Amino acid sequence: MTIKGRAYIAGIHEHPTRHAPDKSTAQLHAEVAKGALEDAGLTKADVDGYFCAGDAPGGAWPMVDYLGLRVRHVDSTETGGCSYLIHLGHAAEAIAAGKCSIALITLAGKPRTGPLPPRAAGAEADFEAAYGATTHNAYGMCAMRHMHDYGTTSEQLAWIKVAASHHAQYNPHALLKDVVTVEDVVNSPMISDPLHRLDCCVVTDGGGALIVTTPEIAKSLKKPQVRLIGHGEAMKGPRGGKDLDLTYSAGIWSGPRAFEEAGVTPRDIKYASIYDSFTITVLMQIEDLGFCKKGEGGKFVADGNLISGVGKLPFNTDGGGLCSNHPVNRGGMTKIIEAVRQLRGEAHPKVQVPNCDLAVAHGTGGLLGVRHAASTCILERA
Amino acid sequence: MAETRKYPAPQGNPETKPFWDAAAAGKFMIKRCTACGEAHYFPRSICPFCFSDKTVWEQSSGEGEIYTFSLMRKSATGPYAIGYVTLREGPSLQTNFVDCDIDKLKIGQKVKVVFKPTDGAPLPFFTPV
Repeated sequence: MTIKGRAYIAGIHEHPTRHAPDKSTAQLHAEVAKGALEDAGLTKADVDGYFCAGDAPGGAWPMVDYLGLRVRHVDSTETGGCSYLIHLGHAAEAIAAGKCSIALITLAGKPRTGPLPPRAAGAEADFEAAYGATTHNAYGMCAMRHMHDYGTTSEQLAWIKVAASHHAQYNPHALLKDVVTVEDVVNSPMISDPLHRLDCCVVTDGGGALIVTTPEIAKSLKKPQVRLIGHGEAMKGPRGGKDLDLTYSAGIWSGPRAFEEAGVTPRDIKYASIYDSFTITVLMQIEDLGFCKKGEGGKFVADGNLISGVGKLPFNTDGGGLCSNHPVNRGGMTKIIEAVRQLRGEAHPKVQVPNCDLAVAHGTGGLLGVRHAASTCILERA
Repeated sequence: MAETRKYPAPQGNPETKPFWDAAAAGKFMIKRCTACGEAHYFPRSICPFCFSDKTVWEQSSGEGEIYTFSLMRKSATGPYAIGYVTLREGPSLQTNFVDCDIDKLKIGQKVKVVFKPTDGAPLPFFTPV
């Protein structure tokens, strides 16, 4: 069985807010759900499947009740920032199996307003919690080793932020709209060596939602049709400490699975949404997905190669998490949304990729330098 | 500055109690599987490689080298160095590098275990040799 072509993304919505102290988290979930349903041309009563992750207050059943849904399929897989990429794959599986026909996926939260609730501890807690792993230093450890093994430089990493900023200048909702230079990035304050402040993503309130449905229903709606043709998911951790290698991610497994299912290769991809919690996240994912060889990511991203209209691999044309939006410190949702905009031809004209008919949306969740998940979605204009 | 940080006491559990009891006696323990021969860390009762339950405690040399690190500059308790050590016995583990000038740390540098007190069992850290 394959999910290839079995599910279409019929509705998308990215909340325009980046700071929402006057709203509740559940309210933001409802607002993005409403926005995605309106985008699809459907109503709440049509929804029969619901997907949410750890950002949903109380989990699936409080959210289903709060939203007033009546569903026959739920999935609350929690894999951090890539949860929503995994939800998309799981929604396609459920739709292909006849378990639901119109699935709603929501993400929302307010880390810019205040701290997020702590996560439950794993079996490793006594052996790791005291050492102060944060997102910054966990990704810093990856960057440090990547530089050591492959000669990757801070200037090469900076090009990723530069490309994102070139795209963000056209996004009226982007938190950071100023174009920056390589010098701006490497001269910004060091946060956790070797990552500077401008190697880091933004912290924003907000959210996003998707409507996933059957080919038949999608074809009855008015929006341009975008379908999922390949999906992969994987996890990676220290695994007892054997053969530790922080220069690659679980994307080396999720990527090939997705490309194989889709029957396409990285060379065929016209646009890439790649989770950009930090610049190093993008560089490692580009290697792991096979856009270049391991260790050559630094050369690949340099000199504007990720800028739409300039380089070979236009990425994160909304400005991404580095400049535009990173709702709830989870980047997977906005990665799918911008890929759908590109495939629909709805991206900003200054960054729209001509004849964009094949895209990848990819992300990781958790801490790349500790333990994490990855998921890859190959999307096609139908 | 890392020395002035207060570290949380390990909670412990039946599976890991021998590790913390040994730590209180100044010994740094790892687990080894007698079925496949592989050592691992943090300790599990069932081998994460071959899934055998024939795992035994083994005192580690406490010596290893720095696999990677990052210096956290923005911290309420001051800068600290997080990283991974690859032990002489094989397994790599997460730790902090302490009792040193963290700006001079290098990948590949030799380090050894040191224990720091908590309100419970002491915690293992590493310092340059």
